[in-house]
Amino acid sequence: MALLELNNVSRHFELRPGVVERVLRGGKTRVIKAVEAINLSVAKDEILGIAGESGCGKSTTCSMVAGLLPPSSGEVLYRDRNVGEMTSSELNDHRRRVQMIFQDPYESLNPRFRVSDIVSEGPRALRLWGEREIEEQVAAMLAGVGLPAGKYWDRYPHELSGGERQRVGIASALVMKPELVVADEPLSMLDVSIRAGILDLLKELSRQRNFACIYVSHDLSILANIADRLLIMYLGQAVEVGSVHDVIKNPKHPYTRALISAVPVPDPRVKRSPPKIVGEISRPVDPPPGCRFASRCPHADQSCSEVFIKLDTNSPLAHQAACHRLEQINSEAT
Amino acid sequence: MPEGFERGLLARITRTVGEHYRIIHANPLSRIGFWVVSVFTIVAIFAPWLAPHEPWAMQYDSEGSIASLRPPSLEFPVGTTHLGYDLFSQLILATRTTLIIGAVSGFISIVIGANIGLVAGYYGGKIDEILMRLTDVLYGMPFLPFIIILIALFGRKLEFVILAIVLIIWRTSARVIRAQTIAIKQRQFITAAKARGCSNLRIIYRHILPNVLPLLLLYAAFNIAWSIITEASASFLGFGDGTTISWGGMLYELWLSGKTRVAWWWFAAPSLCIITLVTSLVFVSRAYEEVANPRLRKR
Ligand SMILES: Nc1ncnc2c1ncn2[C@@H]1O[C@H](COP(=O)(O)OP(=O)(O)OP(=O)(O)O)[C@@H](O)[C@H]1O
Ligand SMILES: [Mg+2]
Repeated sequence: MALLELNNVSRHFELRPGVVERVLRGGKTRVIKAVEAINLSVAKDEILGIAGESGCGKSTTCSMVAGLLPPSSGEVLYRDRNVGEMTSSELNDHRRRVQMIFQDPYESLNPRFRVSDIVSEGPRALRLWGEREIEEQVAAMLAGVGLPAGKYWDRYPHELSGGERQRVGIASALVMKPELVVADEPLSMLDVSIRAGILDLLKELSRQRNFACIYVSHDLSILANIADRLLIMYLGQAVEVGSVHDVIKNPKHPYTRALISAVPVPDPRVKRSPPKIVGEISRPVDPPPGCRFASRCPHADQSCSEVFIKLDTNSPLAHQAACHRLEQINSEAT
Repeated sequence: MPEGFERGLLARITRTVGEHYRIIHANPLSRIGFWVVSVFTIVAIFAPWLAPHEPWAMQYDSEGSIASLRPPSLEFPVGTTHLGYDLFSQLILATRTTLIIGAVSGFISIVIGANIGLVAGYYGGKIDEILMRLTDVLYGMPFLPFIIILIALFGRKLEFVILAIVLIIWRTSARVIRAQTIAIKQRQFITAAKARGCSNLRIIYRHILPNVLPLLLLYAAFNIAWSIITEASASFLGFGDGTTISWGGMLYELWLSGKTRVAWWWFAAPSLCIITLVTSLVFVSRAYEEVANPRLRKR
């Protein structure tokens, strides 16, 4: 049984023009289709990597999983219960089971809270344990992320380095004993020199504490290192899903191929033929119905701007690409 | 066990007080303001013991005649009124009234303003709309006609003077705190708090409030200063509480006596007190202005 399932989940944002714009240019309400008809599933103890360029809807997807943002359509199922239909006590329970680790450790910690208060906040808010027990759990958790409580207990965020802050962020998520951790680019704001340490810590903790994880990054080499499966997104659409090995070694979708060829190859003898990507990445404002990569895809033809294949959630372990011209592309290549 | 476990409430209070003491002392003007306000506060607390005479008791000189309209001297440091009342004693007792009015209306108005600002800013939408229209209505309300009607209806009582002042001054703090709340609620640590399961009320009072606190203290100081000025104006126009003495009330009595041109000391003493106290409060607020708005901080 899948722990988490997204069925046909979309999230649209309306861009309302200001009064002036409406009068001057007759502006109409435009729609940003940040996430469009996504299907995905996460199994127990699995790490699902989500990759894609900036603005492709990764954070929006994470917010919907954590129950922070309602989907515009489709359903988010956690243990077969629809998050959108949860009562407030069920939602509190969901909030404990599903925890987020945020991208920016400078923005995601309350500057007026001490480290101990930041990490205790979740258990206190949900009254998970008594105050004494909370103190013990928090101290143990801080030690678990490499911040001895005796030294860090009374510190404020501005007294910490970026790496230490992110450790506090991780501790404040994991102290809740979550079943699913949503990590939204937890390394991207950190100095390159300390990324490896935090990544190892996350891997280590996920092994010890048995939680499933959605790990978002635009860095495929990190995902190759940590994830079991990969989901590739492009402007709000899921374009490819499969095991890390399949997707990285044998990418199917033209966009995935371009993305993987852009990753520096450590071995100079390996030759890759990068398909050319032309054009700029845009924002999904009032997009056409078809494949959003069509305008930049070297293999696209007329039909691509009309047809889009959704990935199938019923076979979560299969390697799939959302491209209806795969066979033609493959035959062109040979 | 980490040493942090042993630190209790007392340690936190000491820490907070120490923090504010440091904020105020970092700025020389605020430091002066702080000490001046402290002196006024001490005078207000011990006023009945410090005042040498009753405020409305006729004073006689050594020859037995009424000490009427005496300029400042050793015997009467701030002079006397036309009826021979000792202005020094009046000034000391008025400090108490003025400070009580300032502190009480400043406190009530900041509590109302802060709550309305926090709730309107955090929830937004309909709630925001309603609360902000309410403040707009109050913005349109002129103070003097309002207090005149209030006094006409209920009589010249301290409570109604305070009520009128509070109703007039909470609006500015509400607006400012609403704006700050809107800025803070978009920060990621608020999303993080939500993701950890914090309720709306918990987010407002535990996560946002400490972050608007410097601004809140800035406006608390402003509100106290404004209350003092407003009370003085109201008293000067004869709408103060007639049974207690205040600085504005002293000026009102000077006006009634018709001796404005003669008794400069009678005019100077309460005026200087008002100016000094209000300026000192503004100086104290400066320190919080710098904390609330880091761009003002000296490099
Ligand atoms: N509240 C919102 N209102 C309007 N548009 C939004 C909102 N949130 C996100 N968007 C838009 O939705 C799209 C997807 O945003 P999202 O933050 O999910 O991207 P992302 O993949 O996380 O990007 P990044 O790698 O930069 O973090 C963007 O075009 C963004 O501008
Ligand atoms: Mg993002």
